[in-house]
Amino acid sequence: MGNHVLDTTYIDFYKEKGKYSGLFSWIFSTDHKRIGIMYLFGMVIFFLVGMTLGFLMKLEMLTKGQTIVDAQTYNAFFTLHGIIMIFLFIIPGIPAAFGNFFLPIQIGAKDVAFPRLNLLSWWLYIFGGLLAIFSLFLAGGPIDTGWTFYVPYSIRTQTNVIIPLLAAFILGFSSILTGLNFVTTVHRLRAPGMTFFKMPLFVWALYSTAWIQVVATPVIGITIVLVIVERLFGVGLFDPALGGDPVLFQHLFWIYSHPAVYIMILPAMGVVSEIIPTFARRTIFGYKAIAFSSLAIAFIGYFVWAHHMFTSGMSETARFVFSLLTFLVAIPSGVKVFNWVATLYKGSIYPGVPLLYVMAFIFLFSIGGLTGLVLGSLATNVHVHDTYFVVAHFHYVMFGGTAMILFAALHYWFPKMFGKMYNEKTAKVALALIFIGFNTMYFTMFILGYQGMPRRYWDYLPEYTALHHISTFGSWILVAGLLLMFYNLLMGLLKGEKAPMNPWGGTTLEWTVPSPPPLENFDVIPTVTHEPYYHPNEEEKH
Amino acid sequence: MSEAIHSEIAEKAASSAGHSHHVHRDDFGAKIGMWLFLFTELLLFGGLFIIYMAYRQEYSDAFHLAAKELNMTIGTINTIILLTSSLTMALSIAALQRYKITLSLYMLAATILLAFAFMVNKYFEWGAKFSHGIYPGSEELTSKSSGEIIFFGLYYTMTGLHGLHVLVGIVLLAFMFVFIKRKSITPTNYIKLENSGLYWHLVDLIWIFLFPLFYLIH
Repeated sequence: MGNHVLDTTYIDFYKEKGKYSGLFSWIFSTDHKRIGIMYLFGMVIFFLVGMTLGFLMKLEMLTKGQTIVDAQTYNAFFTLHGIIMIFLFIIPGIPAAFGNFFLPIQIGAKDVAFPRLNLLSWWLYIFGGLLAIFSLFLAGGPIDTGWTFYVPYSIRTQTNVIIPLLAAFILGFSSILTGLNFVTTVHRLRAPGMTFFKMPLFVWALYSTAWIQVVATPVIGITIVLVIVERLFGVGLFDPALGGDPVLFQHLFWIYSHPAVYIMILPAMGVVSEIIPTFARRTIFGYKAIAFSSLAIAFIGYFVWAHHMFTSGMSETARFVFSLLTFLVAIPSGVKVFNWVATLYKGSIYPGVPLLYVMAFIFLFSIGGLTGLVLGSLATNVHVHDTYFVVAHFHYVMFGGTAMILFAALHYWFPKMFGKMYNEKTAKVALALIFIGFNTMYFTMFILGYQGMPRRYWDYLPEYTALHHISTFGSWILVAGLLLMFYNLLMGLLKGEKAPMNPWGGTTLEWTVPSPPPLENFDVIPTVTHEPYYHPNEEEKH
Repeated sequence: MSEAIHSEIAEKAASSAGHSHHVHRDDFGAKIGMWLFLFTELLLFGGLFIIYMAYRQEYSDAFHLAAKELNMTIGTINTIILLTSSLTMALSIAALQRYKITLSLYMLAATILLAFAFMVNKYFEWGAKFSHGIYPGSEELTSKSSGEIIFFGLYYTMTGLHGLHVLVGIVLLAFMFVFIKRKSITPTNYIKLENSGLYWHLVDLIWIFLFPLFYLIH
């Protein structure tokens, strides 16, 4: 599998002596690799908190009426679950952790364009996260608006709204800075010979994502500021009592928050485009089509926001146009899926752990995508709007899609990032548990939603009991699988065998440097002469 | 390959990639970053302009009525002040490029002073409104029509956010003043001053849109 004998003379970036030592050598480091790892650990911790909240929510839904918490606590649970998972886990997600670590290496650079700004992004991320957690313990109680902060409830509720909103604003700022850093990095720091069309597809995906981060996030910034201003001064812009229009808030909210789902999914698609050629031992099918489909998704993603508002009150024309535009997103998404499958066709497939996660992703994401069409068409949308159907769809694309690929990326790049290997057998068992638990838990939600179970309700009618039982049972399997996966990775980190330079036979630049990489990645900046997924020994067979 | 040649190649490669860890600087990259940031600022205000547009459409008569309450003279003076400050900002950069460091400092100081003058004017303008009882939540304002409440809500929010940007600008330019004094900004390395100038022009530009929308259109 092309494993080189390890060069033991180099010093990896963990052992490099900097200005500081101990904890300070991390939190004051401008090294993109350290920042990436700090993001990764922050995100895993927030994920575990969000997962616990989700687990408790499912437990509450086990029986009718009160099972473990009262209705108000349940409201706080689903709000916090949403805020933590969205703003602290999945939006920073793959770009902040793996993008930071691998973007510079994959384009043959020593760091990102603005290393200090990069550290500031991380500080803002941690500060925003802590602020959100801090708000839970203030008088007034935790926020209960749902992660969407819809007015007028969010300007009326007595719970703590301003501080979590401020936290979201700060996290948005962090996201913008990461975005502009990455755009500049891709434009300025590519190694000699690395033209745009020789860039790995993960870089293309990060580049498209970075543009969305820059272009969409300010809109949520101003929207959040306006809700804060509304609560503090009562200027009336979103307050119907003073002549303001709550639907306007919804428009502004979704102008960001719809493109934000592409901030979440595009980098995941980039990771898939890395893993599949590596494990199929052949070049990617339709490189340019995949690269451009990232840009197309980023672009069309701006013009579909109102499909979240089909029942909010809009003209028929607007509803029709937004529905049509929504269907258009399916085209570039389909282009990607077909190209991935075509890459596997006649490849010499090695079913390593990362590829298995990708397979799970393609299956789950396809279900998520197809049910998205049900939500995108006007007639069916009215039937399933604000039901468990939406919750299930969202979790199929975001959890089954993005988070599954985040785990795939973790298993794919773990040896490179930490220089250790995990137990592959345990990883496969964990994936099986996750896959079974996931479908048991969320597929039942499609049925529940179709039958009329509304989202965010604390109680339900007797006819939904059986399906709720199955769904909660699924959540136990899912959590068991997730815990096993994290445990296995942690064991790998602590006791794992030393990882070789290129355990999977990857062809992009990160596999040409030692595991873990040295401080400035390359002794000599490489000169790139061929496209990223070139497998010289395998190609001639085709 | 000897070690010396090896490192020389590394140097070359690093500089052609436009980057090496602490030594090389990339002014063009810094400018790209700044322009992207300015773009996000435009979008931040863009959200407010969209809201303005939507409400102007909905309450055109009330907006017409409320706009008459604003003091066009102060607005015009402030417009002239900001435009002049943009000029002095540009002159400060031009002077530095020509090695006229003292002149550059004077021009920068003038920019900061003009920014202060803008804020003083703003203070008196807002103060006058407050003394007439026109501010969010006041009895006077809530007795008016919805459209007028919204107009003044937008007026305070938009000019307030802009004023905040002027304040940030003052702090930023004060730092630049110190940097020139301490020679970390020099006639050959002035990207920080140039980027601050870009920011200042943006603050000016946004005012150029706010002024007609609130003071001129009736």
